[in-house]
Amino acid sequence: MTTRTTLTLVLMDAPYENARTTTALRLLDIAARRGYNVNVFAYEGAVYVPFAKQAPHPNAVHGRDVTEEDHPNPKDWVAAIMAEAERQGGKIDWVQCGLCVDERGAAESIAGTRRGSPADLVKFAEASDNTLVIPTK
Amino acid sequence: MAKKVLQVIETAYRGTLEEQDDTVVWLTQAMKGSGLVTDVMLRGNAVNYPVSAQDASGLAFGERKQTQPPRIHADLTKLLEKGATVYVVRDDVAARGIQMKELIGGLTAVATSEIPGIFAAYDQIWHW
Amino acid sequence: MAEYLLIESRDPSETTEVGYFYELATGLAQAGNRVTLFLVQNGVFPARPSVQSHALGRVAVSGVQVLADEFALRERGIAADRLLAGVRPASLEVAVDRLAAGCKAVWH
Repeated sequence: MTTRTTLTLVLMDAPYENARTTTALRLLDIAARRGYNVNVFAYEGAVYVPFAKQAPHPNAVHGRDVTEEDHPNPKDWVAAIMAEAERQGGKIDWVQCGLCVDERGAAESIAGTRRGSPADLVKFAEASDNTLVIPTK
Repeated sequence: MAKKVLQVIETAYRGTLEEQDDTVVWLTQAMKGSGLVTDVMLRGNAVNYPVSAQDASGLAFGERKQTQPPRIHADLTKLLEKGATVYVVRDDVAARGIQMKELIGGLTAVATSEIPGIFAAYDQIWHW
Repeated sequence: MAEYLLIESRDPSETTEVGYFYELATGLAQAGNRVTLFLVQNGVFPARPSVQSHALGRVAVSGVQVLADEFALRERGIAADRLLAGVRPASLEVAVDRLAAGCKAVWH
């Protein structure tokens, strides 16, 4: 019996601030499409990536209303990746560092994410085939 | 067998006043407490972290004074006391005009050229 | 010997620390490891031949496989068929392949 590949990603960046968030989600998406299990430890600003209160907006500079602008909210990208993982038989286990959530007031995150601690990252790392830390700068 | 992980810390003084510590040194302490077999390598600007003379006290905004300023060199000493090896890249220390005697005791000074060999001793390298 | 996936996300003009990472890649390869340097985001800028490409060019001839994210190249209008000698365009899938294979993975 072949065991499912399991990876762990550690993210630190808040959304909209630099390209690391998008690249991290691209890696996660590829892994999800392959049916891998992926553990995500969202540390520091990354706890805002699945923040439930993100909302789209229009773009007057581009002359687009809210529908036309179709502005990405990373929480929707995360939800879509989780749905893709499920379709492919894998699972995304997204843990939000609890203290990072508290200090930022970021407790409202989308379904499928859960609060955790560094102990979860240790468990993830020990149980995964590999771990990639994507640090903020 | 437990994985052996090297935390390479390069970025320094990022949010340390708000957090009252370095969040990667903090995370390393927490993970070690949870059983991760892990050591630290300080390079780049992070080689300043073990400088003994650091003093971040006195920050205040209006009437709100900071009562627990970061003491990162003390946090590194605690890591050493918990049995972690804390490497410091001596080329980066010298490049910043720091003398080794200005640093806390207990560090393992290494040359940049030794890094590949050190990496070989760890299962994973987490670079911050 | 081990396999390494080194991911460089920054441009050498942003920080001198990129030079350290290039040298690390070369040092690991010289120590007998199989090393892939995968450029993503602004890390692909020196893949466009210029006076800022010399350091990357040296890495590309030192036994390190140098790949550049196709999407990041296209995003920046860098022609995939006019890259610095020794740098190949690649899908980000390759990075996931290497991760899944257990390469020691380091993001910079």
